[in-house]
Amino acid sequence: MTDQAKKTNLEKTSKSTISRRQFTAGVAAVGAAASVGPWYIKNARAAEPLKVGVLLPRSGGQAQIGIDCQRGADAALPILKDLGYPELKFMLADFETKVDVARTQTAKLIDEGAHLVVGAFDSGATMAAAQVCEQRNIPLVVNIAAVPKLTGMGLKWVFRNFPHGPMIVKDAFINQKALFKMTGHTPKTVTLMHVNDTFGSSLAGALFKLAPRFKMPYKIVEKISYDPYGRDLSAEVRKAKASKGEALWVVSRLNDAIMMTKEMVKQRFEPMGILSTGPGWYDQEYMKATGKFGDDVISLVPWHDSNKPLSKTLEAYFAKHHPDRQVNPNHTYTFEGIMVAADAYKRAGSTKPQALQAALRTTNITNNVTTAERIAFDKNGQNPHVKNSAVQNRGGKNLVILPQSAAVAKPIWPMRPWKKRG
Amino acid sequence: MDFWTLANALATGLLTGLVYGLSALGLSVIFGVIRIVNFAHGEIMVMGMFFALVMFRWLGLDPMLSVPLAAAILFVFGYALQSTVISRVAHLPDHMQFLLLAAIAVMIVNGSLLIFGPDPQAINISYSFDSFDIGENLIIDKARAYAAIAAVVISGLLLGFFKYSRTGKAIRACADNYLGAQVVGLKVDHLYALTFGIGAACLGAAGCVLLLLIEVHPYLAPGYTLLAFVIVIIGGLGSMTGALVGGILIGMSEALAAIVLQPSMKSAFSFGLLILVLLLRPQGLMGKSVK
Repeated sequence: MTDQAKKTNLEKTSKSTISRRQFTAGVAAVGAAASVGPWYIKNARAAEPLKVGVLLPRSGGQAQIGIDCQRGADAALPILKDLGYPELKFMLADFETKVDVARTQTAKLIDEGAHLVVGAFDSGATMAAAQVCEQRNIPLVVNIAAVPKLTGMGLKWVFRNFPHGPMIVKDAFINQKALFKMTGHTPKTVTLMHVNDTFGSSLAGALFKLAPRFKMPYKIVEKISYDPYGRDLSAEVRKAKASKGEALWVVSRLNDAIMMTKEMVKQRFEPMGILSTGPGWYDQEYMKATGKFGDDVISLVPWHDSNKPLSKTLEAYFAKHHPDRQVNPNHTYTFEGIMVAADAYKRAGSTKPQALQAALRTTNITNNVTTAERIAFDKNGQNPHVKNSAVQNRGGKNLVILPQSAAVAKPIWPMRPWKKRG
Repeated sequence: MDFWTLANALATGLLTGLVYGLSALGLSVIFGVIRIVNFAHGEIMVMGMFFALVMFRWLGLDPMLSVPLAAAILFVFGYALQSTVISRVAHLPDHMQFLLLAAIAVMIVNGSLLIFGPDPQAINISYSFDSFDIGENLIIDKARAYAAIAAVVISGLLLGFFKYSRTGKAIRACADNYLGAQVVGLKVDHLYALTFGIGAACLGAAGCVLLLLIEVHPYLAPGYTLLAFVIVIIGGLGSMTGALVGGILIGMSEALAAIVLQPSMKSAFSFGLLILVLLLRPQGLMGKSVK
């Protein structure tokens, strides 16, 4: 180093020495920063995205429905952002249509940092996920699952924005009576076919329990339970045909709905109509696989209200991103599940489970998409406001026929004979 | 329950049972000769189903017409698998062979998932929704009838091959006396590979036929592997006619159980039958007893 350089360095060193006045000012600045520290920290937490574990059946027998539900979750991200909700980060999990896998996948989501879980479409899997969430004190927002005890056994971390079995059955009875009155055709006997999983069995149980209370005009002559993943449904359909029920009431999944329709056509089983309370029969995949034979089926399910502004936004999103699909309950209830999570996070201002749980308890969303007048939860975590509609398949589309306030078409009942279709 | 409901159910059960029998034939052929239990049985059949699906989507080929091609391709696959992989573990304990085949099964399922995805996929052919009327009350599903006819033809050809052809007789000789076959100069390794190839070809054909009746997805396989085990144990492990008889028995008893009892009891009925056979005739209905 030259003498000139040494001199310059010395000057710099002497200039950088902190004076007493500068020190005092610095201490004051640090003190001021420290005094507003909690504000900074709180806002830093709020800026952290909420990690939402989205638990769905993405493979196995219910894969198509799980993937369809994910479309509703994906739609929520841009729409909720536009509505001013905070940022969310999805953690996707697949329970392979197996209840035991649902349990391990929920635990894995929580281990990997999920602040809240949304799912899981299947009643049995949702029950398994609920038990894990309850043990680990993480909120579970149920998108779709109808088993009554999910919100009837005192769980503190479960919030369901979907009707349970008795609610679905009650609305189904009301809509059926309206349908029979409107069309002037009332079946005297009905055959019930239902899947023998948690969802199907609980719904069938509720149906038998509530039927006498509603004084339905028909008698259920046969109750046929079957394996939703069975290789062949020919014997099941044959048994239903032999029971001579005038109308057929089904509680199904997707693949079995397709198999059942094919068998009904092949065996020339022509009931007055097919009434479904469950998924499958309104799905796009069902209508693609069955074509004209999928028409006229009536699904008595929770649907969305096309007149609501947020429904129009969701429909516009689907028209743009999934032009080959109509908005259905898989989309709407998963969308609302994500919205419930975002709303709770927005009000809680924290990702802490207790804060999210407290916020979920005071949920009150009126700008929603389904026919429920609002999203709010009772002390059991159930939204008591959700309602069902009656939707009929026509030319590959789902048309609301009941309640009349939301109807866009008049019902075709009895359904058209197989041979007299287009 | 009226007579015609039962008659229709039994007719459907018979046709379904023939298709089940064809699918189980592959397992029986391989075990009967090579003495290896093919845990990748259902997976190889699902490969045949996917092949028929691709042929239908690309070329509009009816799955029945895909049968020879699927059988040929899976024959090559089976031959190569036996001669390059399975033959090398033939001297190892049984459980290691089982694990190898289970590993191959997992690889096939994952490969199918990668290529075709998890969704069930169906085909719609002109006769998908059609039936034959026999008399006034008997209704036979067209696709099921065609599938059953194909199953009978393929099974007949296979039985004829093993009974009358020189290669078939040589394969049977290997199965009867491994050492003796070697002593008289038979190329046992080649014949074993040929047998595995024939078993796989059988599964390819069964897959094509089955696509007429059900949707295909990668997770379909384990159920069919289990079903094939039940059928061949009931019919007699290693007996080809036993596989067909077992298939018919399972098909008809499942149909009957669904009608007379509850449809959800179908599988319980099949397994009940299996337990009964194991207790009363452990070698199976058509199997030879081991003394």
